[in-house]
Amino acid sequence: MVTKTRANSLEVDKANYETLVQQVKPKPKVLRNSVLAFLMGGAICALGQICISFFKAQGLATQDAVLATSMVLVFLAALLTGLGIYNEMAKYAGAGMIVPITGFANSMVAPAMEFRSEGMVFGVGARLFMIAGPVLVFGIVAAWLAGLITYLCTLG
Amino acid sequence: MILKAFLVGGAICLIGQLLMDLTSHKITPGHILVGFVTAGVVVSALGLYQPLVDFAGAGATVPLTGFGHLLAQGAIKEAGQSGFLGIFKGPLSAAAGGITAAIVFGYLAALVFRPKG
Repeated sequence: MVTKTRANSLEVDKANYETLVQQVKPKPKVLRNSVLAFLMGGAICALGQICISFFKAQGLATQDAVLATSMVLVFLAALLTGLGIYNEMAKYAGAGMIVPITGFANSMVAPAMEFRSEGMVFGVGARLFMIAGPVLVFGIVAAWLAGLITYLCTLG
Repeated sequence: MILKAFLVGGAICLIGQLLMDLTSHKITPGHILVGFVTAGVVVSALGLYQPLVDFAGAGATVPLTGFGHLLAQGAIKEAGQSGFLGIFKGPLSAAAGGITAAIVFGYLAALVFRPKG
């Protein structure tokens, strides 16, 4: 009997605990995060569109205008990461500053700066690719597969 | 066009934010970057990404799915033009400018700046 009561009270405690955890745990503010991510991501892409239009007006072909725009955005992101501004803003904007190409540049610069004390080769050189490495691995393998399938289709 | 870029680019980032917020913090920014590039490759290979680029411009090229699109189209076009070897040349030659810019600017920034604190 005693053990049964014990078990019951434990169950109650567990249920209480769950509700307590739900109350205390900080809500991930899904709505606020989503709005901020949408606005910041949209703003970066709008800036990109302004760059593309500018480069096209300078006489660049569309593909080159897109490349030049990526270079401008990557440069700005590397600069802002170096100054410590990018990560400060990304705290609020979340995926809005991770998903654009600026987030890719940030993922290279931030760890490279942090591990600079480990030397130029294994500190800066290796850490530049801490996240960019996996991105390139999966991106290139997937693209290679897409190319292979296309090639096999042209044979058939 | 700027408005379209804003809306589509914002929507793509919104998907990333929801993936992070609704999966109990198991998905890190690194996963998001890898996932979006790979998703971009797949969607592009299915022929669905170019219409989005035509519609939204930078709204589709600036998010990392656009980088995946670049890799995939490089592979597919080169496979058509120079056959088997093209599959190997295509992805990186299409993305060469962006990758080189990221490495050079990234290295220089890490060289010049010191982390705060």
